[in-house]
Amino acid sequence: MSVTSLDINSIRNQFPILHQQVNGHPLIYLDNAATTQKPLRVIKALEDYYQLHNANIHRGAHTLADRSTGFFEDTRKSVQQFINAKEAEECIFTKGVTESINLVAQTWGRKNLQVGDEVLITYMEHHSNIVPWQLICEEKGVILKVVPIHENGTLNLEAYHQLLSVRTKLVACVWASNALGTINPIEEMIKAAHQVGAVFLADGAQAGSHLPIDVQQLNIDFLALSGHKLYGPTGVGVLYGKRELLEAMPPYQGGGEMIKEVSFEKTTFNEIPFKFEAGTPNIGDVIAFKYALDFVNELGKKAIMDWEMQLLNHFLNGVTQLQNQFGEDCITLYGTAQDKVAVQSFLLKGKHPFDTGLMLDARGIAVRTGHHCTQPLMQFFGIEGTVRVSFAIYNTFEEIDSLLEVISKLLKPRN
Amino acid sequence: MQSVNAIQDEIIENFSLFEDDMESKLMYLMDLGKKLPMMQEAHKSDDYIVKGCQSKVWLYPSFNNGSVHFEADSNTEITKGLVSLLVQIWSNRNPEEILGTELYFIEKIGMGSMIGSQRSNGFASMIKQMKMYALAYQTQQTN
Repeated sequence: MSVTSLDINSIRNQFPILHQQVNGHPLIYLDNAATTQKPLRVIKALEDYYQLHNANIHRGAHTLADRSTGFFEDTRKSVQQFINAKEAEECIFTKGVTESINLVAQTWGRKNLQVGDEVLITYMEHHSNIVPWQLICEEKGVILKVVPIHENGTLNLEAYHQLLSVRTKLVACVWASNALGTINPIEEMIKAAHQVGAVFLADGAQAGSHLPIDVQQLNIDFLALSGHKLYGPTGVGVLYGKRELLEAMPPYQGGGEMIKEVSFEKTTFNEIPFKFEAGTPNIGDVIAFKYALDFVNELGKKAIMDWEMQLLNHFLNGVTQLQNQFGEDCITLYGTAQDKVAVQSFLLKGKHPFDTGLMLDARGIAVRTGHHCTQPLMQFFGIEGTVRVSFAIYNTFEEIDSLLEVISKLLKPRN
Repeated sequence: MQSVNAIQDEIIENFSLFEDDMESKLMYLMDLGKKLPMMQEAHKSDDYIVKGCQSKVWLYPSFNNGSVHFEADSNTEITKGLVSLLVQIWSNRNPEEILGTELYFIEKIGMGSMIGSQRSNGFASMIKQMKMYALAYQTQQTN
């Protein structure tokens, strides 16, 4: 059945949180698109930081400050390698994807967008890649245009090419959809955007832990990542931007660290990345994030993706069996693109997603229910929300069998 | 008619049969929802939606001969089960009884861990709404 070069059991042993009972059943964690669990080495790094190394970074003339600065900048180098950026300075630490996108909207957007310009997003964006653009577009008199999608949850590429024009100044697009799993063909999209002179921002929240990332090869202008969806701590994210873009952008927030010289008459700003890292950053979590990247690198994205696809297919085979048993319409799948990450949205006939979620939780199975912060997408499908399962490297076929068993029980007619 | 507390005790006893089996408790709750008398479609207007619930819950009160009658419905089975418990306890009671009830069954049946914090907030909104209606009728009565 399962074919993988990875030892899933030994991987599971690196995640202490998985070994617990929830509501009298072993925890089955299938909410990985919301946040992944953290391997021991990440937890240990956090503990070590506060027990051994804690000091504010940069400019400290003492050993601990020097040490923590070194660790902090080591993570930046790891991020650089992880996404194959040309320089580590192009990687800015943020709180997460949301802050990364807001940073671009508020700095690049404020400087470069003018009345009559257009920003292009897609129907499958997370609210965090909609609202920051709405805010700046409203402020600057810019038109926000939306690329439609097909019923199977793939982007309407024909429409994308039609909507692109010389008025398009920026395209902001999710790389892999959190609600549907769809992987968008960003390589083609970036080329087209560049042809009309537009800048391309990729929301990499869901791509981070699954897809190989090479920002130079893809020629991405901006990429946003979240650490906590990548086996790392919460509160750490990355904004990658090409040096020339970042250097031309005004600062985001004012404060310490981001300045070169301050007088009451005039302040000059620091070089990148520090220009965008005002105040004391999230040092401990950034340092621990490196260990999450190491974890992913050691396993290899390809092996991770292969295993997750086997899990998804195992689930989908189970769904087909249930459809044979209870009728085609007993389960409706949302997001059936060929090219997708291991995320599946669905609804059970006659069952509200909240109820399905609670019933699964009663068996220790954690899933997400609701609109997944993609309300326009839900409106497209004419639904309030879905049940979403999302798999990670530590999930097993047996866990999916338990999921299918509860679903089957819910589908059985009751008197 | 049983007293308010006799009904609460009965609910506690019924849920205790399932011990710690959360799944069966939820199934039972959904079954209770199915037994809730049908709500008139005309009463399912936005005016009667309970605010603060994630799911849609309609609660329609009426006042006759000194007692409050509740009709209720929801678009989700578990929430319908929840509101059915309240209807079972409070429908056709006078406002004083409703306002004077301490709903001890909620803690006794382990509602919090059964439905989670978000739904517990929604459940609290239903309770508040029913008490508000009772208070309004009580005030109306004394004026």
